[in-house]
Amino acid sequence: MAENLIKPENLVYKKSGIMTDRVLHYCPGCGHGTAHRILAEVIEELGIQNETIGVAPVGCSVLAYYYFDVDMQEAAHGRAPAVATGIKRVMPEKYVFTYQGDGDLAAIGTAETIHACNRGENILIVFVNNGIYGMTGGQMAPTTLIGMKSSTSPFGRDIKTMGSPIKMTELVAQLPGTYYVTRQAVHKPANVRKAKKALKKALEYQKLNKGTCFVEIVSNCPSNWKMTPVQSNEWMEENMFPYYPLGDIKLPQDENKK
Amino acid sequence: MAKHGDIVIDIERCKGCEVCLAACPHSVLALSPEVNKKGYHYTVKVNEDCTGCTNCAIVCPDAVITVYREK
Amino acid sequence: MKELRLMKGNEALAEAAIRAGADAYFGYPITPQSEVIEYLMAARTEDRTGMIVLQAESEIAAINMVYGAAGCGKRAFTSSSSPGISLKQEGISYIAGAELPCVIVNVVRGGPGLGTIQPSQSDYFQSVKGGGHGDYKLIVLAPATVQESVDYMKLAFELAFKYRNPVMIQSDGIIGQMMEKVELFEQMPRLEPDYEWATTGKKPGKPSTIVTSLQLESEEQEKVNHRLQAKYREVEKNEVRYEQFHCEDAEYLFTAFGSSARITRKAMEMAREKGIKVGLLRPQTLYPFPSKAFYDLADQLKGILCVEMNAGQMIEDVRLSVNGKTRVEHFGRFGGVIPNPDEILKAFEQKIIGG
Repeated sequence: MAENLIKPENLVYKKSGIMTDRVLHYCPGCGHGTAHRILAEVIEELGIQNETIGVAPVGCSVLAYYYFDVDMQEAAHGRAPAVATGIKRVMPEKYVFTYQGDGDLAAIGTAETIHACNRGENILIVFVNNGIYGMTGGQMAPTTLIGMKSSTSPFGRDIKTMGSPIKMTELVAQLPGTYYVTRQAVHKPANVRKAKKALKKALEYQKLNKGTCFVEIVSNCPSNWKMTPVQSNEWMEENMFPYYPLGDIKLPQDENKK
Repeated sequence: MAKHGDIVIDIERCKGCEVCLAACPHSVLALSPEVNKKGYHYTVKVNEDCTGCTNCAIVCPDAVITVYREK
Repeated sequence: MKELRLMKGNEALAEAAIRAGADAYFGYPITPQSEVIEYLMAARTEDRTGMIVLQAESEIAAINMVYGAAGCGKRAFTSSSSPGISLKQEGISYIAGAELPCVIVNVVRGGPGLGTIQPSQSDYFQSVKGGGHGDYKLIVLAPATVQESVDYMKLAFELAFKYRNPVMIQSDGIIGQMMEKVELFEQMPRLEPDYEWATTGKKPGKPSTIVTSLQLESEEQEKVNHRLQAKYREVEKNEVRYEQFHCEDAEYLFTAFGSSARITRKAMEMAREKGIKVGLLRPQTLYPFPSKAFYDLADQLKGILCVEMNAGQMIEDVRLSVNGKTRVEHFGRFGGVIPNPDEILKAFEQKIIGG
């Protein structure tokens, strides 16, 4: 019976054509792949492949441009919002997004992030927060949780000497330049569906020229958290979500009035 | 009665992360004792209870699962 | 029709950029170059030509905005002064690595550190020898007049796009701040080019375009380096620019670039009045350096005095150029101090004639 079902007319899910055929270099179970996939699906569903310009960061997703079949630029560490500003200002009719991790966006690129948001650049910033520097081997990130161990906080993050994890998403929501700010996750089917809706809204809003859309995706890092992927997703729910609660933080003004 | 579904797994791209196993409501999936060319135990279907709900595919970070469902 | 105006160097340069059809400027205020962005803002460029002008949150952001706009094939530029140029070096290296065309203006002031806001030429090494990390070269133009600031702005965009390479205009606090008569060229149209290397949205049926300086495979990175080096050899072959005064019969030579060349020219004239057969060679491109011109002259020379507003930077290239065929000495004032012709002549008599 099952064999009979595998026919084009029965197809309900396949990899988006906006994803290239390259095998993703991410570790098994890493949320980056899922975040890439849904962003690609949104670009496909909106039919904006030829009008989209992406900016890749430095970090695990430095090679994001291998996987999205759209024009992309690779920025210096933390500078993606500035690069995206340069692109959007000279190509205002294009859809421009950055895809950045927490080290890139919330540490070295803090100024670029805050000021792009404050100017209300009409771009989408996708912020993948897994609380650690993945690519360089598990060092403490600005978003590493209190007490969380990393290779540069081997006895756990200590507030006295290392400060507290920074909530960038709440921070940028305070700025008049941001239009839509939300925090999502991609570890479970329901979360993936919500996160995808958020990305879709954020890209649709870009046409309105109302300001920056900022979508945080709280994610995992099985390799550097030293857990299996499934364990890391459970750990994320238990530990990351209380500090980084999921949900919309700033909704478009018009939508609030409804 | 639930609709029937089926999946096709691109086993060479599968990294055996098991996130799809946790997402499947009908325990259709398991890891194969065999490994693929990269050395990963890959996901396989172990029964015919698939409803084509797409949960496994949409949590798959490597986009290895294609889903079909009877109309 | 000639349009003559009395203009400040920084403002003339800004006006020239608008007329050269620039698409975007991204900058951050710093003395002594803030007039560039002030002039552009006051010029209402968006109404005039559609050119974007944006005050960034930092020099770092500004150069990365240039990267983004240049990556779309647009004529983008930035300007700053020495400490700000130091901040831009990361972005400049990435732009050189990704082979993007852009123009960077450095209105040099004295350093190191916060230094002084007064004129200097102490960024020669930074402009010519690298500045940022990795094996790369900027094309470096050194104007000595407000007119050259205008002309080089147009030339800089041409060279940047010809070679897909960042071009630096190395001005200084004298050229940037002084007023001179300039002849402005006519407004050129902003271009709507469609470069295959630019990210302007994927073309149906063609692969997507990637702007990057990243190569994870060493062999691939080496190929990139070879390609860059081949480009630099082409630049060295085609783009050397310099000016000579009284070199035909010269037994001695002054050399200087930018504003110090103006002052040195006076010292040369004073020496000529004394009957000393001395010429002046002024590099207009600091990279590519006019090495052959120096080498060819060296046989007839008893010595060269290199005059710079720094502790001795271009002199290294002059010495490499003449390769020991003649003596090369340095005279410099620095830290924002401007040399006068008398002291240049005195140094010449002591170090070269009497040396």
